[in-house]
Amino acid sequence: MSDPLGWLLDPYTFEFMRLALAALAITSVVSAVVGAFVVHKGLAFLGDALAHATLAGVAIAFVNGLSISLGALVAASVTALGVGWTQRRARVSADTAIGILFVAMFSLGVLVLSRRTSYTPNLLSFVFGDILGVSRGDVVAAALLSAAVLLFVVALYRELVFASYDPATATASGLPTTALQYALLLLIAVAVVVSLRVIGIILVNAMIVIPAATASVLAQRLPAIMALGALLALVASVVGLQLSYYFELATSPTIVLVACALFAGALGVRALRERAHIEGAPQTT
Amino acid sequence: MIEPVREHVDAREVLASTHPHRAYALDVRGLSAGYPRQPPAIEGVTLAVAEGELVGLVGPNGAGKSTLFKAIVGLRPLAAGEVRVFGQPLARARDDVAYMPQVEEVEWAFPVSVLDVVLSGRRRLLPFRGWSAVDRAVAWDALERVHLAQYARRQAGQLSGGERRRLLLARTIARGSRLLLLDEPFAGLDAAVQHDLVAILDALVHAGRSILVATHDLSCVANSCDEAVCLNRRVIAAGPSSAVLTEEVLSRTFERHLLPLTPGGPPRIAVAPPASGSQP
Repeated sequence: MSDPLGWLLDPYTFEFMRLALAALAITSVVSAVVGAFVVHKGLAFLGDALAHATLAGVAIAFVNGLSISLGALVAASVTALGVGWTQRRARVSADTAIGILFVAMFSLGVLVLSRRTSYTPNLLSFVFGDILGVSRGDVVAAALLSAAVLLFVVALYRELVFASYDPATATASGLPTTALQYALLLLIAVAVVVSLRVIGIILVNAMIVIPAATASVLAQRLPAIMALGALLALVASVVGLQLSYYFELATSPTIVLVACALFAGALGVRALRERAHIEGAPQTT
Repeated sequence: MIEPVREHVDAREVLASTHPHRAYALDVRGLSAGYPRQPPAIEGVTLAVAEGELVGLVGPNGAGKSTLFKAIVGLRPLAAGEVRVFGQPLARARDDVAYMPQVEEVEWAFPVSVLDVVLSGRRRLLPFRGWSAVDRAVAWDALERVHLAQYARRQAGQLSGGERRRLLLARTIARGSRLLLLDEPFAGLDAAVQHDLVAILDALVHAGRSILVATHDLSCVANSCDEAVCLNRRVIAAGPSSAVLTEEVLSRTFERHLLPLTPGGPPRIAVAPPASGSQP
């Protein structure tokens, strides 16, 4: 590592690494923005459930020779809307609704796949993520989906916040709170699908939850949490990508572990800050 | 068995005939509501808030005060009855009514600032539209009224219980509606803060706003409210505070013997002689 800049840039002489980085950058931004809502609405379990539920869509699309990403998108969306509907109609708690629907979809996926005798790497890449298999088309699709998510959040940010922290009063004020809550579930579904190809079903939720949680330790307001979360996710992605390139490690678990390390670091920073605050009394903020 | 509901309707007709210019900010008739597949939490509730009046809603826990508010603003389906806000059905009067829920209804852990919360009182469905200068000015004014302006940038969840109530009141005021529905704004406040809040409500009423406020504080209703409504699933009595808050009515409302008088001291609540159209 005599040449740090070279160490940093060398991997990107390969196109697959440049595509991987682009895909991770897109994933970082969309995951952090959606993740801020997920973490503070207590929906961390939902992200995981949607990711697992995509297996049904992935399996059905794979068996029928359709677009696997599209299958994942449909499965995640159906599950997200199903969670909202079950919660409303069956009057069960959110985590129960999520718990039921996600095992139903996951079981369906396993069932469809069990009819096929052979797994293929293409399918496994969705389960574990395949950062090096990301194509130009994947990046474009991810960019378009992410742009749609960001545009929606920008357009209805204040409404989404009101419906999130006080849904009853938001409804009484004439806001379409139910529609906004369904929309939020769909945004989470899209964010999951955007990251799916890169990170894989098993770990995709980590990208939604961990950077947003880390940012929440350090920042107070939602826009700051979103921006900082995106930055932290990007840092974790680049560091993880570098480490996996040089040490030949599986990429997505490396990225996730780096993100976890950042979270631990943030807790440490906060502890230090609080100690400094106490010792520095009687100063106020 | 007396029928205070009917008596109140009569009182209202009397009022309407003697003051034809006075419109009702809120007009609730025969309202029944609650949760689906359960006996209604409130039944046959008829009450009115005249324009520019402060009306106190009293009743024991579980009397249906919150359900009444939620039914009025459309958060609970109406099993029966009708709600009119300034003569209009709710769908056409959304902007005319501002609702303050109990503090427990709000997710205080959500990362919003005090100013964010007040501003959201101004929110209508307006994609891509930020806060206007008017929105900001009104929000700051409301914050100053409840003495929370110095905490504007603080995270809302860091406020104490009493400050949270004042914040929700500020948000309700900031909405700029002519009718305010306040669900227990005084709960858990110390006497001084409560006194401040009552002064705020008085000022709003003098500025022409109409307010229905649910509270457990009977002396506040007796001293500050133009009218009182006693609720216990049904309207037990309604009318001028002094006429309504009698020992007999309160005992029936709270289903136990309550003395509305301060023992040994001067009567806190004047018991008016029965007047036609108010209390039997």
